[in-house]
Amino acid sequence: MEVTLSPLSPSQSKTFFNSLLDLKEGERLRTCLQCGTCSGVCPFGYIMKFPPGKIIGALRAEIFDYVLKTDTVWMCISCNACTAFCPSNIPITEAVMTRTKEELLLAGNVPTELQSALENTQRYGNPLGESPRKRADWTAGIQPEVNILGKTRQPVDVLWYVGDYASYHSRMKSATQALAKVLNALGVKFGILGPEEFSDGDSQRLAGERGLFEMMAQKNGQAFRKYKFNEIITTDPHAFNALKNGYPALGVEYPVKHYTQFLAERIEQLKPMLKNEVKAKVAYHDPCYLGRVNGVFDQPRDLLTAIPGVELVEMSHQRLNSLCCGGGGGGMWLDGFQWEKAHTRVSEWRVREAVAAGADILAVACPYEPPRFEDAAKNVPNAGTLKVREIAELLAESMSL
Amino acid sequence: MKIAVPVKFVPDLVEELTIDSSGAALDTAWLRLIINEFDDHAVEQAVILKERGGGEVAVLSAEADGVDDFLFTTAAKGADKLVKLTGDFSAVNNHALGKAFAEAIKTIQPDLVLTGVQAHNDLDGSLGPLLAEYLGMPFVGYVSGVTVSGDKVIARKEYSGGLVAEVEVKLPAVLGIQASETPPRYVAYSKIRQVMGTAKIDEQAAEGLDAASGVTVSRMFQPESAERAAMLEGSPEDVSDKLIGIFKEAGAL
Repeated sequence: MEVTLSPLSPSQSKTFFNSLLDLKEGERLRTCLQCGTCSGVCPFGYIMKFPPGKIIGALRAEIFDYVLKTDTVWMCISCNACTAFCPSNIPITEAVMTRTKEELLLAGNVPTELQSALENTQRYGNPLGESPRKRADWTAGIQPEVNILGKTRQPVDVLWYVGDYASYHSRMKSATQALAKVLNALGVKFGILGPEEFSDGDSQRLAGERGLFEMMAQKNGQAFRKYKFNEIITTDPHAFNALKNGYPALGVEYPVKHYTQFLAERIEQLKPMLKNEVKAKVAYHDPCYLGRVNGVFDQPRDLLTAIPGVELVEMSHQRLNSLCCGGGGGGMWLDGFQWEKAHTRVSEWRVREAVAAGADILAVACPYEPPRFEDAAKNVPNAGTLKVREIAELLAESMSL
Repeated sequence: MKIAVPVKFVPDLVEELTIDSSGAALDTAWLRLIINEFDDHAVEQAVILKERGGGEVAVLSAEADGVDDFLFTTAAKGADKLVKLTGDFSAVNNHALGKAFAEAIKTIQPDLVLTGVQAHNDLDGSLGPLLAEYLGMPFVGYVSGVTVSGDKVIARKEYSGGLVAEVEVKLPAVLGIQASETPPRYVAYSKIRQVMGTAKIDEQAAEGLDAASGVTVSRMFQPESAERAAMLEGSPEDVSDKLIGIFKEAGAL
């Protein structure tokens, strides 16, 4: 949409700006230098009519109405790069981008693809629109049997919050099974919620659906309260982020770790079990909500280098400066929309980096990534032999599980 | 303009359907109900008409699991009146449901009745024509666009082969909606929650529910597999080898 300046009411800008100031660290918005770092570091900033810095500029100029007439904020994949590199430490992703999406959503300006993921979450408790009853179907055949808490009612040490894609996605199920086998091999007393587990809701929240996030937190909280456990581990960095940073304010507070942290704590126990060589150059992709947002950079690398034969190589974007797979903040459900706007995918960019780094394997630790990167590898020259593997899969392979 | 939208809840195909021990009905133990997709479009079309020309939208549904949430969602979209018919609808077919809806709709005295053109569990005809008959109104089905002009509407009706007709209908009338002019909108959950606190659902006891009217189902069964198909088993490599062999044998390769 073309923007022409004309007299308009500044009230909407003011109200919205004030609502941002009330958020955590929101006052920092006043310190924006308009340096443009956020818009430059944003993987899709070049496509947005209003990249982050320009939205802040529009708020100050009281022309936020123009932002609401555009739809390119849906290119934001909530990768948090803008926030990580803002010299004024403004919570750009959480405040500016997410709240703008909330406003668009309230105004009904929602791409249809995203709409169905949100409706599915509301109805089935997962964005894929799968039957809640089948949430634990991936456990079939795992020995010893996976403890589904609603059935056994046994207290456990660890509640494994499996998550949507890890439970249902056909590519991810093998990685989820691999993690179950690794946990069994380590003798971890764990259980899952199965059909009582709901989506963590974090990506929906970052796509502007805060109400849905609260509903999911409430339902998961009800399920957690029914069982006895000491801590929660998650397969999905988004779930980890929700449980660590979002749920406590809603009264759902438990010690939580990503599975790579949990396994890294047991690395001495793991090492003698890692017998098979995985002879490969492995590039590790830092998931945004494990690395950049929550500072877990080393544990996944420690697990990988513990596998005999693995030579770790780094891609040009790594650690704090990692490049998103494109699936966050609703990106998982906006593939068509984003393709129409950009005619490229961030996941393909990332796969090109893995190829350039000479990697045989692109190792990941987030359930959005195997399907995204495997699809991308089909489109990228010279990526035909690149394998995409969850860390849990590589561990299980080395342990002959 | 007053618009009434009677909607139907149908089995959600996300869960596998099983037949109960009577052999003539679905097993309801795991059955999950969902709004008939075409009815969702009918609600959207009603809200579009209200936004375009003003008026009042009443959404009616028979009681079932999840109906309250659905009605509140329609209120968040713009419906003004929510009606829930109460009674035992478990074994009710469209003839009986149509009669119950018709009685409730008569008290609303709408200018226009919009309903989904079909539902996947229509065993005894679709609801729209039955309603039109019970209400003594004209019916046009497969409608994907509605323009109101005075006491008439122009309904855009789709035919096969890509043909479209514009049909003028005198009001009051019943239209079977194939698709709303724009896809059903999304309403933020926070808006629905807000509506839950303010909107009221008007509960009315359905009168004269007679499951025996219309048709009765004598047998319900899963598609039965014939002997003609051969299933190839084994690893993907084995299966593709066998398939190539079959193609060669058939002279296709």
